[in-house]
Amino acid sequence: MDLFFDLLITAFLVMAGIFGLVGSFGLLKLSDAMSRLHAPTKATTLGVGGVLLASMVHAYANGPHYSVHELMITLFLLLTAPITANFIAKVHIHQQESRDSLPAAGEDGSWATQNLPKSDDN
Amino acid sequence: MIQYAAIFAFGCFGLSVLMNLWKVLFASEIADRILALDTMFINAIALMGLYGMVLGTGIYFEASMIIAMLGFVSTVAYARFILRGNIIE
Repeated sequence: MDLFFDLLITAFLVMAGIFGLVGSFGLLKLSDAMSRLHAPTKATTLGVGGVLLASMVHAYANGPHYSVHELMITLFLLLTAPITANFIAKVHIHQQESRDSLPAAGEDGSWATQNLPKSDDN
Repeated sequence: MIQYAAIFAFGCFGLSVLMNLWKVLFASEIADRILALDTMFINAIALMGLYGMVLGTGIYFEASMIIAMLGFVSTVAYARFILRGNIIE
């Protein structure tokens, strides 16, 4: 049973390391800003999830107490990663794109980040 | 076996933090800088989780939880500042 837990922890750690490295390497390597958004927000979150799963199994296998509160961090990261990605995409649209370079917004007229308030409002 | 895997994961995440630092310094636009800082936070959480696992203590859990929350809040605040000019309107 010890060997089983050792193998499980090792597999989780190696997987987590590879995913984390791929995520950060994609941040350097990919050419477009919106493609660069994909690598860290998905792969690195998986990497952290792997580390926390390994830590949980390690605490269960040979710790004085077993803990599941690493799941809380995993859940928190999985919840916040899409929100962060959405904000960063909005920053990119706000800074780099103009009204003409974006595709049409449909029936709303313009995209929300381009829809600036008039200066005499504030 | 766990020691070697932990050393491998430490190396991977340390290299990731260095890559993110490079991206923070030499990014071409500001969205990349925010993204690289956010990824640095996430990699720091992974490093602290690994360190707590290797040492066998639960102390680092609280620290990594706080870092996770601060990372999210600071990323949103930075993006919000770029988008709107102030953070709390």
